[in-house]
Amino acid sequence: MTTFPLTGQATAVAARATELSKVYGQGETQVVALDRVSVEFQQAQLTAIMGPSGSGKSTLMHCVAGLDSFSSGSVRIGDTELGSLKDKQLTKLRRDKIGFIFQAFNLLPTLTAYENITLPMDIAGRKPDKQWVQQVIDMVGLSGRLSHRPSQLSGGQQQRVAVARALASKPDIIFGDEPTGNLDSRSGAEVLGFLRNSVRELGQTVVMVTHDPVAAAYADRVVFLADGRIVDELYEPSADSVLDRMKRFDAKGRTS
Amino acid sequence: MFRTALRNVLAHKARLLMTVLAVMLGVSFVSGTLVFTDSVSQAIKNNASTNYKDVDVVITPKTGRNDEEGKPGQAPKLTQDLLDKVQETTGVKSATGSISGYTAVADKKGKLVGDGWASTGTNYLPGKDGKDDRYPMTSGRAPTNANEIALDAKTADRAGYKVGDTVRLSVNGPVITPKIVGIFDADDNGSVSAGGTLVAFDNATAQKQFAAPGEYDQIQVSAAPGTSQAELRDALAASVPKTADLDTADRLIADQEKTIDAETSGIKTFMLVFAGIALFVGIFIIANTFTMLVAQRSKEIALMRAVGASRKQITRSVLAEAFFVGLVAAVIGLAAGIGIGVGMRSILGTNVGLPDGPTVIAPATVVSAFAVGIVVTMLSAWLPGRRAAKIPPVAAMNALHATPTTKGLVVRNTIGAVFSGLGIAAVLYGRTMSASDAKLPMGLGAALLVIGIFVLTPLLSRPVIGLAAPLLKAFGISGKLSRQNAVRNPRRTAATASALMIGLTLLTGITVIAGTLQKSIDKMATEALRSDYVVSMSNQSPLSPEVEKTLAKTDGVTATTPLRMSPAKVFTTDGGSRADQLIGVNGKTIEDLVKLDFAAGGWNLTGDNTVVDSDTAKAYGWKNGQSVDVTYEDGKRGKLNIVGVYEGNEMIKGLMVDTSVIAPHMKTQADFQVMLKTSDGVSEATKDKLVKALGENPAISVDDKADISKEIGGMFSMILNMLYGLLAMAVLVAVIGVINTLAMSVFERRQEIGMLRAIGLDRKGIKRMVRLEAIAISVFGGVLGIGLGLFFGWATGELLRSALTTYTLVVPWGRMGIFLALAGVVGVLAALWPARRAAKLNMLDAIKAE
Repeated sequence: MTTFPLTGQATAVAARATELSKVYGQGETQVVALDRVSVEFQQAQLTAIMGPSGSGKSTLMHCVAGLDSFSSGSVRIGDTELGSLKDKQLTKLRRDKIGFIFQAFNLLPTLTAYENITLPMDIAGRKPDKQWVQQVIDMVGLSGRLSHRPSQLSGGQQQRVAVARALASKPDIIFGDEPTGNLDSRSGAEVLGFLRNSVRELGQTVVMVTHDPVAAAYADRVVFLADGRIVDELYEPSADSVLDRMKRFDAKGRTS
Repeated sequence: MFRTALRNVLAHKARLLMTVLAVMLGVSFVSGTLVFTDSVSQAIKNNASTNYKDVDVVITPKTGRNDEEGKPGQAPKLTQDLLDKVQETTGVKSATGSISGYTAVADKKGKLVGDGWASTGTNYLPGKDGKDDRYPMTSGRAPTNANEIALDAKTADRAGYKVGDTVRLSVNGPVITPKIVGIFDADDNGSVSAGGTLVAFDNATAQKQFAAPGEYDQIQVSAAPGTSQAELRDALAASVPKTADLDTADRLIADQEKTIDAETSGIKTFMLVFAGIALFVGIFIIANTFTMLVAQRSKEIALMRAVGASRKQITRSVLAEAFFVGLVAAVIGLAAGIGIGVGMRSILGTNVGLPDGPTVIAPATVVSAFAVGIVVTMLSAWLPGRRAAKIPPVAAMNALHATPTTKGLVVRNTIGAVFSGLGIAAVLYGRTMSASDAKLPMGLGAALLVIGIFVLTPLLSRPVIGLAAPLLKAFGISGKLSRQNAVRNPRRTAATASALMIGLTLLTGITVIAGTLQKSIDKMATEALRSDYVVSMSNQSPLSPEVEKTLAKTDGVTATTPLRMSPAKVFTTDGGSRADQLIGVNGKTIEDLVKLDFAAGGWNLTGDNTVVDSDTAKAYGWKNGQSVDVTYEDGKRGKLNIVGVYEGNEMIKGLMVDTSVIAPHMKTQADFQVMLKTSDGVSEATKDKLVKALGENPAISVDDKADISKEIGGMFSMILNMLYGLLAMAVLVAVIGVINTLAMSVFERRQEIGMLRAIGLDRKGIKRMVRLEAIAISVFGGVLGIGLGLFFGWATGELLRSALTTYTLVVPWGRMGIFLALAGVVGVLAALWPARRAAKLNMLDAIKAE
């Protein structure tokens, strides 16, 4: 197995998976989704996880984000080991330390844009930091639409609300599951721009799963997964370099 | 198309289970009612015909009033002469005279045996062989004098009496203590099979007790071999007086069956009304379920339209699905209904004493179970089916098919507002009219208002549930989300809440009406009483005048008066005559015992003086001070002077005279009740003394005002509890509706729930959200229902106002609070399962689901 220690970067680790395995089923029908994966996600970095369908990229993200259980190994968010946590503690961890952006936006249709943004704080029963929330709203350019309901917003605007929701509670780490998958290229570029800005300007940590090389090009680092293992990584990627690597895996996959 | 429908049903078994349950409850109630009433009616009929075993012709006094011979009152009883004549008629094998009346039997502890209303005494009339075939002795011998009786075997067994024991009996007040000399078998006697008691006196004693020596109230004749019933009847016709009826047993049995049918059909209708309510509530739930199913399947339906299915085919497929659901529900409902019918009979059979018999499952029962189940389900699915047909084929391609609702609601709200407005206007208009004229506008208004509120429920859901916002806020984000979820789909919320609303409207309505009636009748019964105690037979049969004499002599009793009724004919000022009755009281003491307001004159009941209530006086055109002509019970004429006109009510009204006026004209003196005043007032000790003075007779009740109020209250709470029990079915169906709606909502919103879990709402929070939504919807239905119920209670009360002089509206705030809490509990219970399901959703699957 291979680990990818990050050299030359003195930043702290926001999340780490060590020897992480996820196995579905038993015996003949056993499927290994993650095969002893070890990976670290640095603070204040935008990391993209890439890989072909079925490579385990989403599973890796779900396990690290505390959304899914794993079979063996360990996952840490900051100093917290996830493996030993009960559902209640995991929920609290997600609520307080993690932000999420989903492919299908996943906003509550009954709430206004503003209410959707402050929803994680409402759930925690905390008063939102108004100044910070305003800063986030200004950044994603939603000032004029705060009282709109999701059904009155375009897809791009809805995903911007989702980005603001993830940022508003100042989580330690934000996970994005194909955040641009349902968007046209212009709206997608906007959303990715916000995510990169949040990393650059606000020091936010972001990990996103994507299959789009253009989206991956916004990242500081790209981690490649195939067949449940990490097979490569790339720093300071460009769309072309990412596409290049992808092609190589595909070719390998076909010849092997 | 038919196959698709069947597959759909099978594919969503769990989802349709609740629908099946809602229909099934209604169907089982319907078929249970039919099985129960059919079986009971058949058993009573069988029982009735055994009463005419070996009887071919029956002679009875004419029923109803008999003014033909100039004597007011009932037709005279049959005489010994007639019986003798009948026995000598050719074609008669044998003839028996019977006389019977109320006879209470005390057990060894002094308590009444059996139910008071089926305690019968009769005569033992030996035939030529020295035996009475009606009452075959199993041990001992027949009674021969006033100190001997025979008892039916069931009663003897129940109370532990044997031949040779002394028993305490009461016929009309005084206690008698004869010896049991015989025990006879009379299991198929009507009184015994109904759970009552039967005492046989010797003929002379029975006649003395229940009528007069030599009198019978029925003569049963059996024909000699070769003589038909009709021939026998014709042969007897000449001997039977004009005041008596002569009928063949066959005809009496037919008549009786008709009467039994009429009586059981009353019960049947009454119970079917409640089954109908449950089914009506069910309609909302079924319609709701199908609407949701269609919405969930809109893509599938659009696809079918895209590949060429016509609108008609889509509607038909939804209806076919409804048909299967209804069919399944009908089968299960029918089976459950038969169970209910049999169960109800065995419960009532042991408690009330219904005659035994086979369980009757008529073809009509089976047909109506299927008809009700299938028709109700298909009817409910009709609108959702039409809506399904309107889904455009293009919806198959789009991610979301927008459902336009705002326009529909505008039309709906306008209709609702118009109906409600007209309804309220009609009721208010009705208030200004007299009670009899107001019935139509009031009823019409009430109906319009209900329809209006039904139609308006979606509109009302937002503001009413909005009112609960501050309360729900206390539950944090779960509360907030639950409120918004509750008003998210106003139609669905409305249909769910309406189901509960119907039940609570009826519960509140009958509670208000019952409370109001109870209070009004209580006031009527007790307000006019100045007496400390009222003494009467517990089954309201007549008391012997001995009772009053005994009471008057009792230590501490200062005043007594009987209420003694005597039929009479009175002559009105316009020259006509009316059948009425005279109430005999003690003219000297009545003023101390009854409190009446006099519009003119006052108490002065000496000689031939009388007082009359103002309504009667008005009806007959009488004035205070005038004298009126009467014909007494025995046909003698007389004159009464009106010395006072009082304000009567439903309980006290009519012509009152001193008992000395009517006593000479009455054949048997019998009191309806005795009122008395004591020196010590109402107390346990006084009551004890009175009860002791009357020989601790279990058949006589001695009541003070509180006892009377309690009795009236007990009667009303019994009726109320029965109605509550019957309405529980409708509430149960409503609970299923709330469960159904929640389960479907949870299913539709699983993506949101997954997201909420992902961003940190714990399972408890999700559960609370679902639960609070359920409570919000249920309490919404509850508030509307209680409000409407209160309105109907009030409106009905307004109609009663003029009929009841003591009308007092009673608003049962406590009960209404309980009903509201009940609505909340309904929500909590209904949310149990959906909330668990929502909390257990797999987050990742839920988020991915589309």
